[in-house]
Amino acid sequence: MSTTNLPLRHQVIRIYKELLYLSRDYPQGYDWARSRLHKAFSSQAHLKDEEAIRNGIKRAEFVRKEIEALYYLKRYRALRQRYDPIK
Amino acid sequence: MPGLRILVPVKRVIDYAVKPRVNRAQTAVETANVKHSMNPFDELSIEEAVRLREKKSTPVEEIVAFSAGPPKAQDILRTAMAMGADRGIHVVVEEKDALEPLGVAKLLRKVVDEQKSNLVILGKQSIDDDAGQTGQMLAGLLNWPQATQASKVSIEGDSVTIIREVDGGVETLKTKLPMVITTDLRLNEPRYASLPNIMKAKKKKLDKKTLGDYGLDSEVRLKTVKVTEPPTRKAGVKVEDVDGMIGKLKELGAL
Repeated sequence: MSTTNLPLRHQVIRIYKELLYLSRDYPQGYDWARSRLHKAFSSQAHLKDEEAIRNGIKRAEFVRKEIEALYYLKRYRALRQRYDPIK
Repeated sequence: MPGLRILVPVKRVIDYAVKPRVNRAQTAVETANVKHSMNPFDELSIEEAVRLREKKSTPVEEIVAFSAGPPKAQDILRTAMAMGADRGIHVVVEEKDALEPLGVAKLLRKVVDEQKSNLVILGKQSIDDDAGQTGQMLAGLLNWPQATQASKVSIEGDSVTIIREVDGGVETLKTKLPMVITTDLRLNEPRYASLPNIMKAKKKKLDKKTLGDYGLDSEVRLKTVKVTEPPTRKAGVKVEDVDGMIGKLKELGAL
């Protein structure tokens, strides 16, 4: 582990925690989302190349944005259906 | 010209995705062990306040989030601060003596005086009581102009232009600060209160107060007679052909 790139490692842990936090609101439930998330990260654990890790982080950031947008849309649609059904 | 001092009242309500259950005594909706979150319309108001700051057309001095509710309403204020409010005020009101819209409006008037706010942005209604009265009552008590259900807000100096969606089109209102705005669903897209921001919000100031500090008590004017589930929809029937349908319609007296 002596060659581990520490700043990158922290970035990975940070985005993992953020995604884990987001998972709590996931429609299929926390347990479902957490196990999927864990699998997704552990499947990339072998990555050693700095560039590849950076790309992985970028992908995780993209997923985070997508999930946030998903939550927003889900709520917006539910509210629109309840409060403003004609438009 | 002084900057905007925005007050954003928020409410802790049962999460929109939870199906509420009426309690056995039919006096209220079950709230114990149910997921709660910020009233979605209040998220729109926080977001709008933060966007006014980011737009920089009029300087925003301060965004204060306010909530009157049980101790757990604190979490909601943290969310508000994570989204961008500068500090919070929490008036602790136990769940059993929850305030009515008029009570909230009276309380807010005192808070507006204390904080010297010149703009109050409220959600148009809460998704639990759906009263949709607080903003209007507050504007009346303060004798300020109000724009309800705003779908676009722009502020230049101290003149405010509001666009609202009305039947068959849009209505544009122009007025001056100070004023009260309530938000409609299409005003903006609230940002997500992310984990790092929630952590940062823990360092922001949160004042705890009681109704007594504002010289008020929770007087009850309304009495809930009964709370019931909406009637379940009756199942439809399939008809064989057009004649069958006409027969059914005649039977129901629709023809």
